[in-house]
This record gives sequence, C-alpha cells and structure tokens, in this order.
Amino acid sequence: MSQPSRGHLRVFLGMAAGVGKTFRMLIEGHAEQEAGRDVVIGLLESHGRADTAKLAEGLSFIPRRHVSYRETSLEEMDLPAILTRAPELCLIDELAHTNSPGAEHEKRYEDVEDVLAAGIDVLSTLNVQHLESLNDQVAELSGIRVRETIPDAVLGRAEEIVLVDLPPEALLDRLRAGKVYRPDRIDAALNNFFRIENLSALREIALRQVAQEVGHKRLTTIEPVGSREETIAADAPQAVGERLLALIEPYPGAQRLIRRAWRSSHRLGAKLDLLWVQRPGRALTDEQERSLTALRQLASVLGARLLVEESDNVAETIADVARRQRSTYVVMGRSRPARGIARLRTPLPQRLMELLPGVDVRIVADRSHRPATDQP
Amino acid sequence: MTAAIVILIAAASLAAGLAIGYWLPPHGRRPAREQPTTVRRILLPFTGQAISRRSFEAAIRLAKAENATIMPAYLARVPRNLPLDAPLPAQSAAAMPLLEMIEQRASSQGITVDSRVARGRTYRDALRRLLDQEQFDRVIVSATDSPRAGLSSEDLRWLLQSVPAEILILRPAPDDTRRISANGLQGHF
Repeated sequence: MSQPSRGHLRVFLGMAAGVGKTFRMLIEGHAEQEAGRDVVIGLLESHGRADTAKLAEGLSFIPRRHVSYRETSLEEMDLPAILTRAPELCLIDELAHTNSPGAEHEKRYEDVEDVLAAGIDVLSTLNVQHLESLNDQVAELSGIRVRETIPDAVLGRAEEIVLVDLPPEALLDRLRAGKVYRPDRIDAALNNFFRIENLSALREIALRQVAQEVGHKRLTTIEPVGSREETIAADAPQAVGERLLALIEPYPGAQRLIRRAWRSSHRLGAKLDLLWVQRPGRALTDEQERSLTALRQLASVLGARLLVEESDNVAETIADVARRQRSTYVVMGRSRPARGIARLRTPLPQRLMELLPGVDVRIVADRSHRPATDQP
Repeated sequence: MTAAIVILIAAASLAAGLAIGYWLPPHGRRPAREQPTTVRRILLPFTGQAISRRSFEAAIRLAKAENATIMPAYLARVPRNLPLDAPLPAQSAAAMPLLEMIEQRASSQGITVDSRVARGRTYRDALRRLLDQEQFDRVIVSATDSPRAGLSSEDLRWLLQSVPAEILILRPAPDDTRRISANGLQGHF
C-alpha cells in the first residue's frame, strides 16, 4: 500500500485576536466545499462570536472529545476521529494551542502534523505573537509573555501563509463593539494588550514576518538551472543562515562598531557575536574595565553574545572563533596605523581573508576621520 | 680617503634618517604620549526616541568648555515579566539610531562621545544602576511636563539628593519643542 502524499497546510496569520482569521478560514472552507471538495471542521474556537458560529453553518463538524485528566473532563480536538473520517480538507483553528494532558500530543500543531501526514489538507490560524522567535520581542512590546508558542519551522513548512490584516483603529472599533470579546472583558483588553501602540507594533511584525516567509519561499522555489553542482552552489548561501562576528576592543569607539554590526545583523536576520582577543598577561586599565562593562551591557540589550579569548595570535584566534561560530561576515573597525616592525606584517583584514575564504570582511569607517558637516 | 669617510658618513646618516622615517607613524611625528589627565565626563541620560535639543546643546557647550567627554546613556525599561538581562530588540531599534545621531552631531563639533546603555525595571532604576557602576562629573537632564515621558519629578528629586555629581536640570520650555531624533541620521547606519 502506497503512503499518501503529505497534505498542504495554509495558515491564516494575524496580529491579534479579532482580526478575522477564523472568519477568513471559514469563508475559504465554504469556497472549497462549493468547489466539490470534502471539507470538515476539525476544531473551531468561535469564542462565543455569533457571526463566526453562523458562518460555520453548512460545514460538517467533527465533535470534540472528552479527555480525562485528574478526574476532570476536558474538551479537545478529536484527532483519531479526523484521521478515520479522512476528509480532503480539514479546518483546525488555533495552531498554537496546548492540548490537555492525556491527548496524543502536547501541542495542536503536532496533531496537525499527523493530519497532514495522512494526506489531508489543513487550514489553520495563528497569531504572530505565538511564533517562538518573536516571543521576546512581543513580550517586550506588549508586556505580556505568551506561553503557547510554536517553532518557526512549523510556519516555514506551510505551503501558504495568508496575512489577515486590519488597521489597529478598526480592530479597536471591533473590540469596543463587542465583536471580539464579551462585554465584561472589553475594558481589561483595552487597558492591557489592545493598546494602539501594541497593535501597531504587532501589525508591523506580522507584515514583516509574512514578507520574510514569502522571500524565503521565492528563494527556495527557484527552478534549478545548470548542473546539480551549480544548483547546489547557487543555493548554498540561501541554505546557510547569516551570522556576524564583530571584532571589538574595550574602547569607546567599539560602541559604534557594535551598533553598525547590530544594524547589519538586524537587516540580514542574522545572529551577532562580538569578539575581543585579549593579549595574555595584560591587565586592564580602569578605563578599559569601564568600557568592557559598557560593552557587555550593550551586547545584552541587543541580544548579542560577547566572547573574550586570550591569545597572542589575533588573526588565528579570530579565524578559529569565526569557524566555530559559523560566521559569514566579519565586521571590524579601521586598524591603527602600524608602527615599526609591525609594518612588515600583513594587515589583519588581509590575513583574515586568507584564513577565512568565503567569509566577507567588512571594515567600518572611523567617524573621527570623516569631514565635519554643518548640521542644523 | 677623507672623501670616502665623508661619503660613508653621509650614506650612514641617510640610512639612519630613512630608518627613523620608516619607524615613525605616517604623518611623520611621534604622537604625544598620553598624559594622565583627568577627563571630565558628562552624562546625558535619555529615554524614548528623541532627546531635547536644549539638553544636547547644553551638554555640547559644557563639553567644549571643559574638554569633556559626553556620555549619552539610553535608559531601557525592562518589563517585569522579562528577566532583567533579557534582550530588548524593540527598544534597541529605537535607541541605536538615536545614539548614532547623537554621536554624529557631537563628533562633527569635535566632542568625544562614549555612549552607554543602562537597563532597569524603571528609568530611575536603570539610571541608578549606571551611576552605581561609573562616576560622572556632571549629569544633564531635561525636566518634562509630561508625566509619561522620561524621568519624573520624583526621579529628579532622587537624582539631586543621592548622586554625587553636579546635576543640571533644564526646566521645560513649552515653546521649545525642538528634539533630536534619528530622522536626520546621515549615511547608512
């Protein structure tokens, strides 16, 4: 018996509850049913919204099942029933949901994986704050830590991501009109999560996330041209995640270098490591101690990792760390002019280019050498 | 014989001159050794996405007069639900361009800048942690008439009472809304 091909996953992604993800999923479900497909609702969270419940009419339901846990009966999606029923398309709301103990899997996205593996297509919904990689950012913006998260790879495996967007003002109007939460929860929502600045920031994150996924898919679905080796070579830079290594020393100018490196890493969606190669046996001056503390502070706020290595051979040490960290860029400041016998040595950027073939070396200009401009 | 000695001496002198020239830095002058002078440090703490232009200009004037280093410090507020050492990407996105802007402006006027980032549960907590770690000769802050922006009047009172540095508080000027933000940042950053 042949294995069924994996089903397709389409995720409706939104910035927050109430933007209309479930609504959109149901509309798509109806459209697919009208096109002659066997469509079933595996799980629907209407949150008591009458419009949503009304829209679900006309689609088949698989009733929830009761899962017992510590003498308590909890309702969960009936995964075995979905697999037995084997529809062509299954609608499963709230991809990031955590199942009750006693269910087959801890997380609903794992249930969805089983459904997809059975060759059933799935439509599902997700709020952007549930993505693992964005959890810190969302918590910082909103002050609310989301507990139910899913790995980004789950979204990455979706064949389609549909952004369900709504201007923050319109969402607040919906909330005030009681279309999102029950009247007794509206005030609390407005005072906490549903603030205009939160929603604007979350909307930006959702838009960026979808753009990123689209960009990723565009790159990974390019038709191969040329030999297999050429295709692999062309795909290699896309397959490898970018990682920056910024070379620093404890002096004030390093702050600027780190800011520049951080900005670049931000644009590339790359991780940032900072490296200081300290000469052995040299005690730090008070000024250097202070600078190092300030650099540590800056690194921690930016989410960068500060590495300190003791060595006399600066170039070799940098190369070792770059290989270990799988760095794809080395960012460094302008070297001080060499003096004496040091002039005979190969400059550090050239040494690094020799030692690290395939790694870009970028030199950040020294602002103090830039001509002064007349600024208002 | 004498001519040969003279030529030899001349050649030796030339070689010595070339060697010394090669040894010295490219601009031809050995840099003056750093004098153990005390550098005055002016702290310029700020929050949010812009700083008052009045406080920035005051800091520049003082730094010029005293040959001091300006130390702009971004005060980051860590939400209570996050560990104190958690990365703060959203605040970083606002603070880094602004620090760059301050550095560009100050550097263009010949002022040395050494920036800082401090974190705490509140702006005062962040500032307190920074002041515990380092000493500053002056602290320049601008008072605000907005209770939600920056340091409150309570914070300023605390600053005056507990920080062993000269505190310069610029009174709010409702008519002066000039701010320095990252909007005027020159070049790609």
